[in-house]
Amino acid sequence: MRFYEAVRLALSTIRVQKLKSFFTLLGVMIGVMFLIAVVSIVEGMGHYMQDDLMGKLIPINTFNLRRTPDVQLGNIDRATWQEWQRRPRIREEDIAPVLAALPPGARAAVVSQNNLTVESRYVPKPKQVDASNVTAPWFDIKKMGVTEGRVFTAQEDAMGAPVVVIGTDVASYFFPSVDPIGRELRVGHIPYTVIGIAESQGSVFGQSLDKFIVAPFNSPLKRLTNRHGVIDGIMIQSPDETTMLATEDAVRSVMRARRKLLPEQKDNFVLETSDQDLEFWNKIKGYLVVAGIALPAIGLVVGAIVIMNIMLVAVAERTAEIGVRKALGARRKDILAQFLVESATLSTFGSAIGVVCGIGISAIIAAVSPLPTHVALWSIIVAVLLGAGVGIIAGVYPASRAALLDPITALRAE
Amino acid sequence: MNNEIEEAPLSTTAERRAVTQVAGVTPGQEWAIVARGLKREYDMGGEIVRALRGVDIAVRRNEYVAIMGPSGSGKSTLMNLIGCLDTPDAGEYWLNGTLVSDMSDDQLAHVRNKEIGFVFQTFNLLPRSTALQNVELPLVYAGVGSEERRARAKEALERVELGARLDHRPNELSGGQRQRVAIARALVNRPAILLADEPTGNLDSRTSEDIMRVFSGLSDHGQTVIMVTHEPDIAAHARRVIVLRDGVVETDERKEMFHERLNTFGSSVVG
Repeated sequence: MRFYEAVRLALSTIRVQKLKSFFTLLGVMIGVMFLIAVVSIVEGMGHYMQDDLMGKLIPINTFNLRRTPDVQLGNIDRATWQEWQRRPRIREEDIAPVLAALPPGARAAVVSQNNLTVESRYVPKPKQVDASNVTAPWFDIKKMGVTEGRVFTAQEDAMGAPVVVIGTDVASYFFPSVDPIGRELRVGHIPYTVIGIAESQGSVFGQSLDKFIVAPFNSPLKRLTNRHGVIDGIMIQSPDETTMLATEDAVRSVMRARRKLLPEQKDNFVLETSDQDLEFWNKIKGYLVVAGIALPAIGLVVGAIVIMNIMLVAVAERTAEIGVRKALGARRKDILAQFLVESATLSTFGSAIGVVCGIGISAIIAAVSPLPTHVALWSIIVAVLLGAGVGIIAGVYPASRAALLDPITALRAE
Repeated sequence: MNNEIEEAPLSTTAERRAVTQVAGVTPGQEWAIVARGLKREYDMGGEIVRALRGVDIAVRRNEYVAIMGPSGSGKSTLMNLIGCLDTPDAGEYWLNGTLVSDMSDDQLAHVRNKEIGFVFQTFNLLPRSTALQNVELPLVYAGVGSEERRARAKEALERVELGARLDHRPNELSGGQRQRVAIARALVNRPAILLADEPTGNLDSRTSEDIMRVFSGLSDHGQTVIMVTHEPDIAAHARRVIVLRDGVVETDERKEMFHERLNTFGSSVVG
């Protein structure tokens, strides 16, 4: 009840002195606002990286056996790069032993990829398109369906049929006014028949993911995507999360045995998972979070100093009141608590406004820029606790001065 | 204890008798205040000011006492000691049968809350709180629940005829009304003594009479009242007047209306 009364008193002070309170709480408000905004940007990008970006590039419970990572975020140093260049390629001979080592229920798709010139008779200008030749399970692993037509079958793959599934951007560019299904598309001068249009894959960082074509692995495209006998990798999906590591280990030991690697030698291939690729992001995220905490911290320190100042003024202004309260039976801790609650309330109020502004800023950023934002619940809780904490820390000195006032001296003050 | 009292600068037989008689009093429930040999010194920038040089006072329950004296006589210091706002350097002070002279700060706060009702010259109401909230304040520190608090505060305000002004803030009340709020606040926790410091110092003479009537009424209903004042006509309302000079009791007079039997306890001395 006394707590409630102190809160009420603090809030009425804010109400009565709006402008003064605004300036008092500015530091805390700005600090908290930045905290919420920065964390929401970092979190938003994190969600984006994890769900959209990585989810699209490397599906769930899936890893890629490759010579070097497909997704390369951040700077790769020269030594690593050179080591990658010395690695042997993954070859077609590797496919059968790797597939034999997979646990039951696992799926695998062989992948080769290159950027190739694509042309159609409906558009005069050819275009570079991301072209892959893959084995049929690729569509299942990527959960890629078609909006029109169909995907190719294992038989078509085995026969090397010149059929192609195309992305929506490819469809709209090369077949502006006709239905692409059944029409011819020349990939690296080889005529292919369009059999399906893939569902839109969305975009990452403003880059469309729908500028691609996919053909059967054994189709003629094979000669254009890689040298003879060489593949880019195998995409392997383990049956579930629990078998992921075992599946990886099985593939690793097969590959190490085939490469005749000694125990002390490192893998000269990668088993690329989305987690690995996200490692880089997590590192950046670490720096961003530090920055996101350091900047608001400055605001909070300034806020704390201002609040301490204001509380000292409040104690001085209300010395007589403190005397009266003591005369009426308030103990030291009652007075201490009163002023601590008051400064904590002030500060929490400021941080609440900061939270609102922070959410507003992150909403504005999300609306006007491609940066995704996501307001994290934890950052709001941290902000409010920080606000209360700053208030309490800033209030300790003024409150203890008030608590230690001699009642007689205090009563005599005017 | 007795040694210290003997050292006190006593000149007349009357004062000596007062000391002996106070010394003979057994602190107990029938005594609101028993003080023996109270001394208090202040260090004012290296100069020692002996504000109280050995004061002996015994006040029965239900007494209505005025403490008078010129400035510098030590009456404010005595007031602070009686009000448990301060502790004596030497001497014993029994309030309502409890020795309070060597209590800690927090214990004193508790005693102030339970046993003493303060009324100040400047009213000292909290400006931003309503009359009701002001009167509730001692109950807040006594840990009384909100409903009972409200009911008791309301009752106390009704007793001083302010039942219609519960939600007024001090600046919406006249001086006399403010002082009556202060009296309600002082009484709400049913203290052993009502301690008033120049209660009419900021009031005009008509309002002063008003407040004095409230005090007399309280006294008639059995409330112990101790009032510090320098105005003789205000002090005249009390039934006993103690005059301090230079840190000692100069005179201690009882009005005729008090019962004879009190004299046998010697709480009053005719100087």
